Amino acid sequence: MATGPRTMFDKIWDRHAITQNEAGQTLLFVDRHFCHELSFHAYNMLHGRGMSVRRPARTFAIPDHYTPTTGLEKSDYASEAHDALVANLCNNAERNDVTLFGLDDERRGIIHVVGPEQGITLPGQIVVVGDSHTSTHGAMGTFAFGIGASDVSHVLATQTLWQPRPKTMRITVTGERPVGVSAKDVILTIIGHIGAAGGTGHVIEYAGPVIEALSIEERLTVCNMSIEAGARAGMVAPDDTTYAYIEGRPYAPKGEDWEKSLAFWKTLPTDPGAMFDREVALDGSKIAPMVTWGTSPEDALPITGAVPDPGAVADAEKRAAMERKLSYMGLRAGMRLTDIEVDKVFVGSCTNSRIEDLRAAAAIATGRKAKVETIIVPGSGLVRAQAEREGLDRIFIDAGMDWRAEAGCSMCLAVNGDSVGPQQRCASTSNRNFEGRQGRGARTHLVGPAMAMAAAVTGRLTDVRALGGA
Amino acid sequence: MEPFIRHTAVAAPMDNDNIDTDQIIPGRYLMMPRDERYKTYCFHDLRLDDNGDEVEGYVLNRDPFRSASIIVAGHNFGCGSSREGAVFTLVDAGFRSVIATSFGDIFYNNSFNNGLLPVVLPEDAVNALRAALHDNPGAEVTVDLEAQTVTGPGNLNFSFEIDPHRRHRLLNGLDAVGYTLTFEDKITDFERRYEADGR
Ligand code: SF4
Repeated sequence: MATGPRTMFDKIWDRHAITQNEAGQTLLFVDRHFCHELSFHAYNMLHGRGMSVRRPARTFAIPDHYTPTTGLEKSDYASEAHDALVANLCNNAERNDVTLFGLDDERRGIIHVVGPEQGITLPGQIVVVGDSHTSTHGAMGTFAFGIGASDVSHVLATQTLWQPRPKTMRITVTGERPVGVSAKDVILTIIGHIGAAGGTGHVIEYAGPVIEALSIEERLTVCNMSIEAGARAGMVAPDDTTYAYIEGRPYAPKGEDWEKSLAFWKTLPTDPGAMFDREVALDGSKIAPMVTWGTSPEDALPITGAVPDPGAVADAEKRAAMERKLSYMGLRAGMRLTDIEVDKVFVGSCTNSRIEDLRAAAAIATGRKAKVETIIVPGSGLVRAQAEREGLDRIFIDAGMDWRAEAGCSMCLAVNGDSVGPQQRCASTSNRNFEGRQGRGARTHLVGPAMAMAAAVTGRLTDVRALGGA
Repeated sequence: MEPFIRHTAVAAPMDNDNIDTDQIIPGRYLMMPRDERYKTYCFHDLRLDDNGDEVEGYVLNRDPFRSASIIVAGHNFGCGSSREGAVFTLVDAGFRSVIATSFGDIFYNNSFNNGLLPVVLPEDAVNALRAALHDNPGAEVTVDLEAQTVTGPGNLNFSFEIDPHRRHRLLNGLDAVGYTLTFEDKITDFERRYEADGR
């Protein structure tokens, strides 16, 4: 246990520490655990041991990865095996008394959208999911991290996990975020700055005026991509913005519980004088709309830039790596990023599929027409309903875009049938531009939702500020 | 789980940094149950082209490296997703150890649950090892978990650090759930106190 001034991370960790072993690992209690379709390995391991879920009330099952986005008929599924995988999750939930947000449940959606939206994820908790983007939930002032199948089965069986204590890093974004710059641009700038392995072994706390001024949905976008900087988790201190967001949500505490919780949450922020293992500072007023050119999220540049030149790289191995990236991406060194034509646009994923994202996208789409195939997939059934109440669906449809009826991961991971073809180029609001991520040979450029729409209506990567958007 | 004490085998050098989990196992295979096909998914899209033919020149398609069961990579091996399939496919394809300057945290953690030993060495050590493997294709490397050393061609010899708990589990092939259940009293006690507080 840390003494003296503590970071928010220290406080959450200490509160969940059950015991330590001789080797210095801590056994942590887990407040909330979400399962998606790929938890089948873990349930198989659990059942193989003759065990069942220890704390079903702390576990939620939500299919999101393999579900179709066009509808829920058998014919909407990419294959029978997809259908079976989803059914398998539902069966495992039922067999273990785990709460299921099933297929026709309007609350269903991408886990990292639904957890905060339902008030299931709350400040001060430890949240785990067999999914690396669990870091998203940290925006609520939560220590949230992704785990593999064996650890998922460990949590199902024991509601605990052994962890070595990670290091802490604070990233302070100073100044004021310029107009036309989104939360996605903030996090892409951070990753470009510290690198895809810059956060390895660390839990990041995002702080400073630019972060404090973000809405909860924007903070979710920032924390979502902590893993793309290699970090174990990312978090933002809870404040009035957080409390206002949580109040009244279905799973949020009510009445006397609410007052008690609020008093507890207010003790969470990092104490003045607490030490982080590493401090990074960035001038937020210099951030511009960003786009990635390569196959790692660290390959991020302001849209005003040009494709980098391997010829200018002295180290032979690094030069070869850059050449490989440019060849995979089909780009010429030195070409302006705004000269890159795209074939597809995807707005969605746990990074950018919430109502504010859709509003930002719709603002650019209004009165314009898509030049390329564009699909928009809401992050949850409730986001979809809200967007339709606001008429955003009409804006997208009138622009000739494909507004999808069902929420899910869709083209972010491209395992549900929505994918990008070989050598096709996609401007995508998702979080990974890895080789083959959106389909074999697919070329991904990561952008924010307004930037994605700017690409949709012009057919090329475009500075959204030129279209008068945010 | 198979214990890991020491392992001597042909090692394959992989020069690119950030070899992510999507490269290790493409997303489209994740829905497959763990069966004998898992070994064929390993580095699938790097090894094979669209027609299923071998990509010429890819390190694991070159003769001396076909039998490799150790990988020497660069920075940030296994970054990206939490998919344990990335570890399943490496293990099922016969790999026992990966040496790199750093690893994706979740991949690193998953490895210990499957008897795969990830070894972190400093950059100059990893570079020296890869250079030696390029100069002597098919050379063997020994990874010794007991002694915490890596030995390679040309008298290369490095020692490495590792979390003692993970080392102990791997040396003995211990299952984590069984170990944790020996703390059952502490867990129950914690739960009672924690939940009395309304959490
Ligand atoms: S939207 Fe993409 S990154 Fe997010 S949980 Fe789904 S597959 Fe993972």
